[in-house]
Amino acid sequence: MRIIPFVVSTVITAGLVFALNKHWGIIPPMGKFLSPQHGFWQNAEASDYDYSADLTFPALKGKAEVYLDERLIPHIFADNDEDLYFLQGYIHAKFRLFQMDVQTKAAEGRACEIAGSKAMEWDRSQRRLGMRFAAENAVKEMEKDPVSKALYTAYTNGVNAYIHSLKESELPFEYKLLDIKPEEWSNLRTALLLKMMAKQLSSGTERDIAYTNAKKIFTPADFNAAYPQVPDSLLPIVPKGTLFDPASIVPVKPADADSLYFEKKDSMALTEPDRPDKNNGSNNWVVAGSKTQSGSPILCNDPHLELSLPSIWFEMQLSTPTSSAYGVSLPGSPFIIIGFNDNIAWGVTNAQRDVKDYYEIKFKNDSRQEYWYKGQWQRTERRRETIKVKDGETVYDTIAYTVFGPVMYDKSFTVPGNDKALAVRWVAHDQSNEGFTFYKLNRAKNYDDYLDAIKTFSCPGQNFVFASKTGDIALWQQGKFPARWQGQGLYVMPGENDNYSWQGFIPQEQNPHAKNPERGFLESANQRPVDSAYPYFIPGTYITPRSVAIEHFLSTMSNITPADMMKLQNNYFSTLAEDARPVLLKYVNESALNSDAKRYLDIVRNWNLEADPASKGQTVYQCWWDSLETMIWSDELSKSDPVSPLPEEQTTVELLLKDSSSLKFIDNINTPAIETLGELVTGALNKASADLVKKEKEGRLEWAKFKEPAIYHLIKDLQPLARKGLNMGGNGTIINAVTKSHGPSWRMIVHLTETTEAYGVYPAGQNGNPGSRFYDSFVDTWVKGEYYKLWMMKSGEEGDKRVKWTMKFNRVDSQ
Amino acid sequence: MKFFVAILLTALLALAGGLWFGWWIIAPASFLVALLVHQRAGKAFLSGGAGGMLLWGGMAWWIDASNGSLLSKKVAEILPLGGSPFFLILVTAIIAGLVAGFAALSGSYLRSIR
Repeated sequence: MRIIPFVVSTVITAGLVFALNKHWGIIPPMGKFLSPQHGFWQNAEASDYDYSADLTFPALKGKAEVYLDERLIPHIFADNDEDLYFLQGYIHAKFRLFQMDVQTKAAEGRACEIAGSKAMEWDRSQRRLGMRFAAENAVKEMEKDPVSKALYTAYTNGVNAYIHSLKESELPFEYKLLDIKPEEWSNLRTALLLKMMAKQLSSGTERDIAYTNAKKIFTPADFNAAYPQVPDSLLPIVPKGTLFDPASIVPVKPADADSLYFEKKDSMALTEPDRPDKNNGSNNWVVAGSKTQSGSPILCNDPHLELSLPSIWFEMQLSTPTSSAYGVSLPGSPFIIIGFNDNIAWGVTNAQRDVKDYYEIKFKNDSRQEYWYKGQWQRTERRRETIKVKDGETVYDTIAYTVFGPVMYDKSFTVPGNDKALAVRWVAHDQSNEGFTFYKLNRAKNYDDYLDAIKTFSCPGQNFVFASKTGDIALWQQGKFPARWQGQGLYVMPGENDNYSWQGFIPQEQNPHAKNPERGFLESANQRPVDSAYPYFIPGTYITPRSVAIEHFLSTMSNITPADMMKLQNNYFSTLAEDARPVLLKYVNESALNSDAKRYLDIVRNWNLEADPASKGQTVYQCWWDSLETMIWSDELSKSDPVSPLPEEQTTVELLLKDSSSLKFIDNINTPAIETLGELVTGALNKASADLVKKEKEGRLEWAKFKEPAIYHLIKDLQPLARKGLNMGGNGTIINAVTKSHGPSWRMIVHLTETTEAYGVYPAGQNGNPGSRFYDSFVDTWVKGEYYKLWMMKSGEEGDKRVKWTMKFNRVDSQ
Repeated sequence: MKFFVAILLTALLALAGGLWFGWWIIAPASFLVALLVHQRAGKAFLSGGAGGMLLWGGMAWWIDASNGSLLSKKVAEILPLGGSPFFLILVTAIIAGLVAGFAALSGSYLRSIR
């Protein structure tokens, strides 16, 4: 009888196939994943892989070519705009599909579908912030104008054309590893991506909740000292001394503001999950022909963002018979975001302005169906959010929407037992079409075109730097910014009526700007855009030191060349340490230092103030300084729960410079003795040296080894896909602003000579596929501070030796 | 002779089937070959398994060589196999060998029922 063995072996075979066809927790479906014909091996690109193709899409209006050069930069040549963006969508998807998919899912609060329940707080937080609500409003505006709608739709169709063409074996690597499938693209997903940028750049630029807690423990004077509006060392974007027109909107402070707002001692037992990195800043500057060797302007930009593999950026050229733009794009959105065309160049840094406020809501009861507003119970609009979870049960979260916006925090979020309900009013919720600014910039020919392009841009507020071949330079801080009365929106505001609502927006023409200044240069590096003469109250999380360094160098330079600008973008000089070191050295009591600390003191004393990768001085200084800051502030800050935010490094330096020995915060309020600055400075070095000795034993006293910069894959857990141990110095307050995994995500220099001379580099590679040699091919160049020459290809140059592959696109089969 | 013919046929049929069907096609392919080329159970298991291993191991090795082990090193750390492309290719081959081997075993038993 052979029937029994037959059944047994068949059951085993079927069991094996079943088991190897599905994922088990984090273990991928091994059969599917390892199959050389279907699985990840298919993503292992041959080193001589041929990207050339001949493709047909009925959606195209004409024919088009994509020339891929030796760095895998696509140069797209299409007959018309719609085909251009169809192809941009197709190419983005071809090289970055997983990134586009995962980023927009995360934006929408659907990370649990990929990562499982560990992403629940993230997902709830995105939904409660109203990310999808914001994107839906954006789509309304994007599709209002038929031209705009056609362009976004062409892009969406291009992405979907690629998704539909995919065979199982061609799925990007991560889909196979995680055992998931790509999802159709839509204009909403483009909007979600842009709203994710808005979140990163304009959602962490307020501290309403933390400041409400800090207000409880500080007197108004101490609060202003710890969190000043205008730093002493500010060098604003609009050169100092510029005269401003008086405010054309004068918002009125509510009569009860003193008792209900400023003097109210309240506490918010809340934690704010996933606050965007405050270093999401950037540098940009432009020098006029009067300061350059050639007589033509040079424009520079390096946006600082979380560094990732693949990068947030994708480099490309977009050309039609009537326009040509080159630069970096955001996979998931049409257009070139930072770049140049044959007439102008432009770049962006973050405005850091506060455009998000919280209002305290009084609900009638726990059902959150009614809230008290203008003397009566109003109905909330409720959105029931369905959060699907990979390998888990679906979770539901009901979010109440008020006249201000969604109620982000309430009893169920984030801390159980929190009795405050806070609605969020955020400019990113309003209808707007930010992408269209870039459509116009890609085609702008002069200053007027540039101004016309940017003036509708509302959120996240950006500093748009500009230069043209006609010799104009300009810098506008552009966004939709609420006109606030003095102090409005620093803290959580009462939400029982509209007394505390925004009363209007600063008129666009009053946004901070400068054009062709006499000094011959303009710069922005996330500092406060204007000095105190500006007629509006403009809170934000500004960063001062980088702009101080940039101005310091630019003001003394002349006969500038692109090579000088490369050096400046890679500059490691620490202006903060330049100010702070004399204070440290003056007050340190050498005789009270242990022997290690004495040695470290010498290192700081002899340090050249450069935070370069090999610098030991920077490591010691930073540890010493951090330890001192903790000693100065932690006793005061920990009086609130949660602990109040640490003042900016710049603020502490300035306080010490002004009032070095008698500053009241120096005393530790938890001890009966009155501490002196000398004791703190000395104690801080002794304390820091204990850690430094450990690091030194591990051979990690050099700054790059101490901080270990790394670029992680978008899924950080996939450590083998990261690039670690990069030999980079810098920090968030230094021009070359590399922190641990954050920094210059694209460096660009454009010299507006007759034939544009441009350079650029970003720390990743064009192909998101970890199995491609183009996955991280730019990283080493970026680490070394080197650049690639950017090639604006012209039609007729198809035979150039830099063209390695050609993709041809046709509407109908050419045969 | 039959043994080697079965190995080759298994590999070829699975390769061709893989163009249209999912990875699991190695099971029916191997089953079918064992049904057609009759061998005793043990031999069928070995030749089916060897056919699967030959196809998957061979292809993986070929792909890996032309990729310069760029991806396999990373995957062999994720899985984790100590970052060794060789072990990754081996695991790839063994998985195919097991599935194809048991499928061939079934084929051989079914043939002997008749």
